[in-house]
Amino acid sequence: MELLLIFLSAAIVNNFVLSYFLGICPFIGVSNKISSAFSMGLAATFVMSITSIVTWLIYHLILVPNNLEFLQYVSFILVIASLVQFVEMFIKKVSQPLYRALGIFLPLITTNCAILGLALFIVLKEYTFIEGIVFGLGAGAGFTLAITLMAGIREELDLADVPKPFQGAPITLVVAGILAMAFMGFAGLI
Amino acid sequence: MANKVTAAKEFIKGLWDQNPVFKQVLGMCPVLAVTVSAENGIAMALATTFVLVFSSFVVSIIKNWIPSQVRIAAYILIIATFVTIVDLVMKAQFPALSKALGPFIPLIIVNCLILGRQEAFASKNSVGRAVLDALGMGTGFLIALFLLGATRELFGTGMILGFQIMPEVYEPWLIMILPAGAFLTLGLMMGFFNSYSEKKKAEERNTIVEKYRQAKRQAETKPLEAN
Repeated sequence: MELLLIFLSAAIVNNFVLSYFLGICPFIGVSNKISSAFSMGLAATFVMSITSIVTWLIYHLILVPNNLEFLQYVSFILVIASLVQFVEMFIKKVSQPLYRALGIFLPLITTNCAILGLALFIVLKEYTFIEGIVFGLGAGAGFTLAITLMAGIREELDLADVPKPFQGAPITLVVAGILAMAFMGFAGLI
Repeated sequence: MANKVTAAKEFIKGLWDQNPVFKQVLGMCPVLAVTVSAENGIAMALATTFVLVFSSFVVSIIKNWIPSQVRIAAYILIIATFVTIVDLVMKAQFPALSKALGPFIPLIIVNCLILGRQEAFASKNSVGRAVLDALGMGTGFLIALFLLGATRELFGTGMILGFQIMPEVYEPWLIMILPAGAFLTLGLMMGFFNSYSEKKKAEERNTIVEKYRQAKRQAETKPLEAN
């Protein structure tokens, strides 16, 4: 029950994109088409769940016993960067179709603040190992949901007559604002 | 002399023409997340500027020794080091502010503005220019965060930096200090700035066309006078 609450809270109520503002760059950059947005969401979810496992282990098994907590930022970002590289090579070797679907999005994920943010939140909220994994999965699901919804709206928006100064980023932000308002309706859920 | 003018331009371009937030749309996460009040915005911008200036300084010094294959990793490590310094200093000196900004101080590491400036500017230019560019971009970031933070604080609570601005009867718009307000304010602001700079550009174009026409008219009338 506790785990289900963590998952729902990360995915819907405290959505990473719409209420913590993490991963805004891909949210605005890659939300043109539903198919690519969904692939980006899957790639991010994949990296997020692995990140939550690896960073938890590093923090609790290496940094804390040696009193090296001040190194957490440097070590987390190094781990994430090499992890993304490794995942990319692994997918390329194992599954070509998956690589073609996710390939171009993987390098972008290194500088996606949602990944580092996830690692930091797990430390900050003092989650246990299992809770951390569930939190990572929930955050990934929330990111996928938000970016796919956004892409769906933007596909319709292409047909609308947007005033010229508002084309591109400004109208996307306004739409995101309205979407965030809609997500506020979930606030009473937990 | 010519060199001096362009050096000043390296600084000024970040303020408006290439403003990191309104024009380049970089570093969105902290922009949206911490601008609940003008004070938080200023603190975040100062922390980011500090990291930006020092990492630009270091990167432009060691740019010739970094192999190009690992340059991104090297930049991120340099940035992460300075972010750790900022985080520890803030925790010790300004605990309240550090708590308000929360995980967004460490998230400066993945702020695309900083990595973008290292890759696009500091790694190709001299130390002095890199620092000037970083200062300009940092100031531009500060302007944007202050504007956004002040607007949201004004409509959301009726105050700016804790001073009551709106009359007592004003009912605060709660939405402005909630996440949705951040998206809406930034989107509307960007749109208005775009329309303003487009108008200005059109005016400039018109004056140039006008000048050209006058010159042409003069050139046409002159030979007649000579006759």
